[in-house]
Amino acid sequence: MITASIISGLSMGSMYALLALGFHITFIVSRTVNFAQGSAMMVGAVLGYTFSITLGLPWLVAAFLTLATCAVYGLVIERFLVRPFHSRGSEAWLMATVAGGLLMDNIVMFTFGKEPRRFTLEAVDHRLELFGTGVDLMQLIIPAVVAAIVLVLVLTRRYTRLGKVLDATVQNPTAARMMGIHVNRVVAISFAVSTVFAGIAGLLIAPLVSVHSEMGMLFGLKAFAVAILGGIASANGVVLAGLLFGLAEALIIVNLGSTLAQILTFSLVIVALAIRPNGLFGSKTLVKV
Amino acid sequence: MRFKNSFKQWAMPLATAGLLTLGGLAKAEDNLKIGLVAALSGQSAKSGEAITRGLTIAIDEINADGGILGRQVELLRRDDESNPNKGLLAARELVQKEEVAVLFGGLDTPVSLAIVPLANRMKFPFMGVWAAGTPITKNGAEENYVFRVSAVDELVDEALVQYGIDKYGMEKPGMILINNPWGESNEKGFRKALESRNMKWAGIERVESNDTDMVPQLSRLKDSGADSLLMVANVAPSAQVVKSLDRMGWDVPIISHWGPAGGRFTELAGENGDKVHFIQTFTFVENQKGKGADVMAALKKRYPEIQDLADVTPAVGIANAYDAMHLTALAIENAGSTDGPAIRQGYYDVSRYQGLIKTYSNPFSPDQHDAIGPDDYVFTHFVDGRIVPLKQ
Repeated sequence: MITASIISGLSMGSMYALLALGFHITFIVSRTVNFAQGSAMMVGAVLGYTFSITLGLPWLVAAFLTLATCAVYGLVIERFLVRPFHSRGSEAWLMATVAGGLLMDNIVMFTFGKEPRRFTLEAVDHRLELFGTGVDLMQLIIPAVVAAIVLVLVLTRRYTRLGKVLDATVQNPTAARMMGIHVNRVVAISFAVSTVFAGIAGLLIAPLVSVHSEMGMLFGLKAFAVAILGGIASANGVVLAGLLFGLAEALIIVNLGSTLAQILTFSLVIVALAIRPNGLFGSKTLVKV
Repeated sequence: MRFKNSFKQWAMPLATAGLLTLGGLAKAEDNLKIGLVAALSGQSAKSGEAITRGLTIAIDEINADGGILGRQVELLRRDDESNPNKGLLAARELVQKEEVAVLFGGLDTPVSLAIVPLANRMKFPFMGVWAAGTPITKNGAEENYVFRVSAVDELVDEALVQYGIDKYGMEKPGMILINNPWGESNEKGFRKALESRNMKWAGIERVESNDTDMVPQLSRLKDSGADSLLMVANVAPSAQVVKSLDRMGWDVPIISHWGPAGGRFTELAGENGDKVHFIQTFTFVENQKGKGADVMAALKKRYPEIQDLADVTPAVGIANAYDAMHLTALAIENAGSTDGPAIRQGYYDVSRYQGLIKTYSNPFSPDQHDAIGPDDYVFTHFVDGRIVPLKQ
């Protein structure tokens, strides 16, 4: 049972980490977060279902179209729900992104339908025996895919021009602008990347759960808690926090039942933040005056 | 002069429009309103759809016969989203603003339980057509305004335990129950049914509606020696139980309440969904002649998307609602008015009605607010998306 819980915990933790990385990216670039991140995950799952199951497109084509649409969703969020407020120094982007997520949830409910649907991918719909316990192949694929994405992100930031542009914008947007970097474009790209991450998370989790318009809400909430827990400005912190959160959740469920899982995991988050207010791996922000 | 001519030009059309509007409003106000608060969205949306269809077909028949008390019947629906607070708000709005004569309830026991005190306090009849929680009708009120044409948990639990013993030689079941008032209601019923037979249970595990993995709970039951599972959960968690059992490779009999019937269970659970045996009060498969055939024909005519029996799943929602609406019509006719206390007495005065599920003979009395009993239950499972009776 413990083995199954660890596998399940790492799998779900990877999901939370991927969603939380979306919060991280937009925060470091623009000091804003996209509270429609959970909704973007749902959009990824719903579009994946629509393209591959309803329309019968080949999986790779369906995935490409899904992630492209998620990217556009991120661009729309940034352009219409974040930039108009953030550029004027207003914090109203916070409520705007929450409202945008709720709006999208309801649009999907009326268009996709009100019932949960099952997303079956035959290629990965297998059960394996690992260390004497039965696991879904997807539970092993999820952490592997997330690890690959994190690696790509690290390498991109370290070795590509885009990564240098991103870092410049993070360090000093004004200076970056003066050096000819189109800061607004970089911010927009960060939102697109964050919703693509959410879309990937939706595609990964959909075969394990059912696809419906409300599936993203709780995931989004947990991912934000993970981002804060890890220290939202630290990519490593966010990923580690996601894995820890997932493992804690799984171990609580196996020992105490799922009824107490939400109460105890969020209580642990509060305790952790009380001890480390900047997150487990975050640091105080230095402001030069 | 110009103004006078303009006024004359528009006066007649405006007056006509005004009269027509008033006429329409008057006609709408003449209608006898019936309210429904049910899950019209989410994992149990199919249950709301089924109840709506049953009520609508019954209302069509009643209206064709001249309506109730000479008034045409109109159905007003509100989505409770399986949320007790939303259900309660919707009930208030239908009763206080729309002044429905009778309010019908949906699938979710927690929602119905939230509405029960309101019904008894405000003295309006509340008719349950799916939610089976025992305390819905057995609510201890001195003047009980809650009636039901549906299964009752404590009776269902008896039937499920007996079925497990007869079919599988069950000796030490494990209970896997949804963590809400419906699960609690059935835990009491299961305990009572097992204790009366001097049987022990392997364990009682709870699941949440949005749990993605139930392997921990099921593993604990397996380790405790469970030889079968008594399951009470809605569609999504029931499907996750089956998927988790697949993951564990544990082939164990699952004897279930009717939660799987409320949505797309076979799609969500996969091919092993047909292993779940669950209780129903009615199947069209067994009733393809007589009234069953008539109602099926009416459904196909009203809803062209209904082509065969798979499209009238879940039948229990349709049948319960259909019979409940006809019984309600008889009650209101007996009452002679839409006054709540009078309708309540009207229910008690219903002597006989030949319904879809059965022939009702004095279905309601001050001590009996449930019109359906254990003799009306049938065990079923899914076959190719259709709910099919099992041979017992």
